[in-house]
Amino acid sequence: MTPATLTCLLSLVTAIASPFASAEVPESRQAEIIHLLKHDCGSCHGMRLEGGLGPALTPEHFRLWDPQQLALTILYGRPGTPMPPWRPFLSDSEALWLATVLKQGGVP
Amino acid sequence: MSRLLPFLLTLLVSGYASGECLTRGTGDMGVVVERAAGSLKVVDTSAHEVLFRVPGLGDLSHASVVYSRDGRYAYVFGRDGGLSKIDILCGTIVKRIVQGGNSIGGAISQDGTLIAVSNYEPGGVKIFSSDDLSLIADIPATPTTDREGKPKQAKTVGLVDAPGQRFVVSLYDTGESWIIDMRIPGQPAIQRFTHIGSLPYDALITPDGRYYIAGLFGEDGLSLLDLWHPEKGPRMILRDYGRGDEKLPVYKMPHLEGWAIAGERAFLPAVGRNQILVVHRGDWQETGRVAVHGQPVFVMARPDGRQIWVNFAFPNNDVVQVIDSETLNIVKSITTGKGTLHMEFSPRGEEVWISVRDRDEVQVYDTESFELTHRIPADKPSGIFFTARAHQTGL
Repeated sequence: MTPATLTCLLSLVTAIASPFASAEVPESRQAEIIHLLKHDCGSCHGMRLEGGLGPALTPEHFRLWDPQQLALTILYGRPGTPMPPWRPFLSDSEALWLATVLKQGGVP
Repeated sequence: MSRLLPFLLTLLVSGYASGECLTRGTGDMGVVVERAAGSLKVVDTSAHEVLFRVPGLGDLSHASVVYSRDGRYAYVFGRDGGLSKIDILCGTIVKRIVQGGNSIGGAISQDGTLIAVSNYEPGGVKIFSSDDLSLIADIPATPTTDREGKPKQAKTVGLVDAPGQRFVVSLYDTGESWIIDMRIPGQPAIQRFTHIGSLPYDALITPDGRYYIAGLFGEDGLSLLDLWHPEKGPRMILRDYGRGDEKLPVYKMPHLEGWAIAGERAFLPAVGRNQILVVHRGDWQETGRVAVHGQPVFVMARPDGRQIWVNFAFPNNDVVQVIDSETLNIVKSITTGKGTLHMEFSPRGEEVWISVRDRDEVQVYDTESFELTHRIPADKPSGIFFTARAHQTGL
């Protein structure tokens, strides 16, 4: 990773860290996101999030990750892997909310 | 008649009561997977009715089904490593095992005696007796490491049956295709082809069992293996199909199960593009492309080859489109509803059953008039599998 990309990434983190701080997602939207998680993220990660072509989305798997990193991966994808960016479908605060739920293992 | 009536009534009632078995042929039967509930619905495709619901099958979120050659038993491959043998005349589980941690489908051998399962975790193929599901062969995939450097075995994908009591499978992480010869059941003979291409995600075999084609996620093109001449090894086809244009993010991998072929034309989904590729069967050169509504998931030919039906990946998974296989025009777009996951034609193609997850129903369409003729309730339906598959190589 070049210093320029790093700076760019860092500023990205800073830029979206502030809306993250106040991640408020209405309950009806939460239900939609969980549906998306199970049925669409589930295409690769399994409906029960125990993995498939993609890795499991369990707290155990994420023990070295913090919710901000996870939220960035959700929003921007993971280049070089099939993980696509979900930014067209999730706002920053929604991604952080989802990341927090995944990190805590709190998927209903 | 008066003496017969009570007897007939008893017959009628008992035939549908749970635990009792039907006396009928299975040729117009099938199953619908209820992915979230972990159950199957056994259906009558002539009467458009549900005959049984079979619960207790585990995580069926990516489940697929093959049939015994007598069309009585459905073998269900669950995401959670479950392998279940279902008697569709009785609506019962004959036997169920959990044979792996994470699975992606399977196949039945040419002679119907063996069931092979493709596993992600632990990566490899396990082969069972179709009779009692006892283990016959355990074939681990190539060792590799995950992103954190921990050792694991490659994930297996695109497992199909092939003539000569063989199975063919590809290895996602290591880019291989393997031919597994099971003529001596306890002694699988494996022929390994490496460097077939980057990240094969699924594969198919032509209905005659000759060509095995693996789709690649990691690069443009597909890997083709001629099973009449395995000594020639796999070769790349359509290597340049994506040249010059940006690949879109892929929200659901295409499926290569089934083979859309019409005359000399074969139809394949492009990865990361809103296109269907048209290929000349034989020299495998691209002869055309069809721009479609979204990224294709299933590209399936009506059994007579006259139409190609396509469904799409999230977020465009609320529509199916029909392509005229001769003119390559889109002749119909049908808004079926969000979460349109799978399609299955009746054996001779007069109708198609389409699962619409978010509407909790299977929709049945007349393939000539495109009219919706029946709706069959099902809980988050995904795969639909009719018994005609029992007699088709690769299904």
